[in-house]
Amino acid sequence: MRKDKLLMIIGSLLLLLLFVFPLWKITLLAPQYPEPLGLNIHITHLSDGNQFNDVNNIDLLNHYIGMAHLPTEINVKKGEVKPFKEFVIIPIVVIALSVIGVVFGVIGKRKLYATWLGLLTVSGVVGMYDFYNWLYIYGHDLNPNAILKITDKVTGEMMAYQPPIFGFKQMLNFQVYSYPSTGVYFIGLSFVLVALAFIVSSKNKLKN
Amino acid sequence: MKSIFAFLTVAVFLVSCNPAPTSSKSSKGALTSNAAERVYVAPGQYDEYYAFISGGFSGQLSVYGLPSGRLFRVIPVFSQDPEKGYGYNEETKPMLNTSHGFVPWGDSHHPDISQTNGVLDGRWVFINENNTPRIARISLKTFETEEIIEIPNSAGNHSSSFVTENSEYVVAGTRFAVPIPQRDMPISDYKGNFKASLSFLKINPESGRMNIAFQLRMPGFDYDLSHPGRGKSHGWFFFSMYNTEEAHSLLEVNASQNDKDFIAAVNWKKIEEYIAAGKGHKEKARYAHNTWNDDTHTATSKMEKEVLVINPEDVPGAIYFLPTPKSPHGCDVDPTGEYIIGSGKLAAAMTVHSFTKMQKAIADKAFDGDKYGIPILKFEAVNYGTLEQPGLGPLHTEFDTRGNAYTTFFISSEVVKWNIKDLKVIDRHPVYYSVGHLMIPGGNSRKPFDKYLVAMNKITKDRYLPTGPEVCQSAQLFDISGDKMQLLLDFPTIGEPHYAAGIPAKMLMDKSQKIYKLEDNKHPDAVKSEADTKVVRKGNEIHVYMSMIRSHFSPDNIEGVRVGDKVFFHVTNLEQDYDVPHGFAMIGANNSEMLIMPGRTSTLVWEPKEVGVWPFYCTDFCSALHQEMQGYVRVSAKGANTPIKYTLDDEVPGEEEE
Repeated sequence: MRKDKLLMIIGSLLLLLLFVFPLWKITLLAPQYPEPLGLNIHITHLSDGNQFNDVNNIDLLNHYIGMAHLPTEINVKKGEVKPFKEFVIIPIVVIALSVIGVVFGVIGKRKLYATWLGLLTVSGVVGMYDFYNWLYIYGHDLNPNAILKITDKVTGEMMAYQPPIFGFKQMLNFQVYSYPSTGVYFIGLSFVLVALAFIVSSKNKLKN
Repeated sequence: MKSIFAFLTVAVFLVSCNPAPTSSKSSKGALTSNAAERVYVAPGQYDEYYAFISGGFSGQLSVYGLPSGRLFRVIPVFSQDPEKGYGYNEETKPMLNTSHGFVPWGDSHHPDISQTNGVLDGRWVFINENNTPRIARISLKTFETEEIIEIPNSAGNHSSSFVTENSEYVVAGTRFAVPIPQRDMPISDYKGNFKASLSFLKINPESGRMNIAFQLRMPGFDYDLSHPGRGKSHGWFFFSMYNTEEAHSLLEVNASQNDKDFIAAVNWKKIEEYIAAGKGHKEKARYAHNTWNDDTHTATSKMEKEVLVINPEDVPGAIYFLPTPKSPHGCDVDPTGEYIIGSGKLAAAMTVHSFTKMQKAIADKAFDGDKYGIPILKFEAVNYGTLEQPGLGPLHTEFDTRGNAYTTFFISSEVVKWNIKDLKVIDRHPVYYSVGHLMIPGGNSRKPFDKYLVAMNKITKDRYLPTGPEVCQSAQLFDISGDKMQLLLDFPTIGEPHYAAGIPAKMLMDKSQKIYKLEDNKHPDAVKSEADTKVVRKGNEIHVYMSMIRSHFSPDNIEGVRVGDKVFFHVTNLEQDYDVPHGFAMIGANNSEMLIMPGRTSTLVWEPKEVGVWPFYCTDFCSALHQEMQGYVRVSAKGANTPIKYTLDDEVPGEEEE
């Protein structure tokens, strides 16, 4: 099989690893949590980042500041919160991208590789925007009956608790770190492989 | 930078100007230089060893760190502990059941950690109760008492609870010979009629569950301490004894007459063979066997009905007496298993018996008569040698890996280090005061961790700030890594520290339980979520199925309880986070609070006596809203028809909002 075809197919199939590995990880460190709490964000669900029950424990702490419940298994079962619609949409997008990628690989056209890279990029950008939106909503849409209501010293407005999308932010007693996780690295690898497919097939074209 | 220099200058000045306390302290026991550094465990750092120190007449087992001497936890074992609800809540009450009924107190003595292949394995720690003879097993994962078994046909279970090198058995003895079976008879008919039992309890290698495999029915002497053989002497157990005079009164005089008492050598492997061949007989007995079920975290007490009794004449060649001077207390076996060291507490000498010589003496039938049919081996035929005049009142010996023994001397109040082979004293160090046992981590095994030695003292007098007539008991930490023992630290202990067991921290700390998984909670009255919480009346019993989570109870308003009702609070801690226990306390409850670990359920009974609205609250500062974690029970008059009502935030838990 041609090298570029193989790269295209493997590259697009790599995306399926998103069903195994988390996309993003938010880590929360506080004096009371020397062993940090961790929140893994997968394309289908949330999971414990460091220790057993981290997600539920974060959700429990969130109620002090009036943050909305996370779509944890328990909360969804109780009907307190609906699961993110993204947990349905993103898996469809991922499968679609993989299938399209494999088909493109079988056809083996350079333009199709570029198209796929475009599709992946657009999906990624839209995904990040959507992620940012959720962080904004969780950080700002707070229960007015919250236990802890703290106003910003400077603006005099209610404090918001929007976690960082990337990097570090101090939120009350918590140091919050937010970084891409294994899943994102596989997306990157997928991008690189398909880009290679594009380059290889370009060279082949030149030779011919 | 300047200010640091200034501070240092001042500090040096202060130190140099104030030499008086140092010199007065040194007169109280040659404190090693830089001792402070060597016992200092900086904030947030961990100790190198766990020390499980018996709580003596507190009935409990305390957990300390070495070398800091910091107290971490008191594990309730034989006594009620209102702080934790142990022995007060419905789940743990059966742990303290005995054939005499509920006994709220015990006298805990000799902790010993389970072993595999002669070395500590860190699974369980066993501890004996002297007064109402019992042995407890404590998990070193949860640090909770998992089992207590009563020892029938015994009194004063002192020569206990030592384990064999593969944790095959843990033993119990009898310090106060009694009529067996108990009966109404004159005390003065003691001699020849009172008996003692040496009990061998089999340990299940997986679960740790104990059962009495057999009891040796021994002459009515006072069995004081014991130790297992190891290595070459594995398969034997050694018991020291006093009062071979069989005195029944004024024992301090009458039991101190014989020049030599005995150490009994018991070949339990041989006895196993006899039992397999059908020897021994079952006797009726009545003793409580209390076990803790970790899934339901509830104890059950079962009354056992019989025990296998072995008379010495059933097992010829399995039991011998080793003559040992003057009421021996400790009989300690060195790490190689060759030397059995008797501490004749009224003798001015240490007696060292040789296992090799003992075997030869048995083969040669080098007997010096018998006592109640048990052959007495000739002293010279078993004795390796004697350490003359090492001190006064030797009690107990432990060992290092370099062939040295460390013996406590109660009367001369010192620890003496001596070489076993050479029978020569190497070093001695005073202790403050009147030391009982000492402990080297792993000291009762083939592999001692010979860095520290803890001496446990019976008297403290002027060592600490006075606290009225009753002053603290104490332990003293020595560094034994060099030739000379170096005193590093005094630290107070709970109750009377009879003995201790130490183990490297790294063997336990990583497997220490953090939380109990709620999904694994099989307690019949557990609730798994707030929606399941409810209040149910059954006749005059009210069952409250309550949950607790930061920072509220569900339900927290309860009505419909009447004077004369018996209210059962079944409270489940829904937390699944490390170090978030919640407490539960009810005003006027005639028992205790409950301290409930994440994922566990506990039950407290409350019998309201007065009409009114009575609060309950969380006792463990759990969160920023801990003070708000409270609730009310409305109590109506007897016969009132106030309906059962239970709410959280004025809604019935679990009902859909309209």
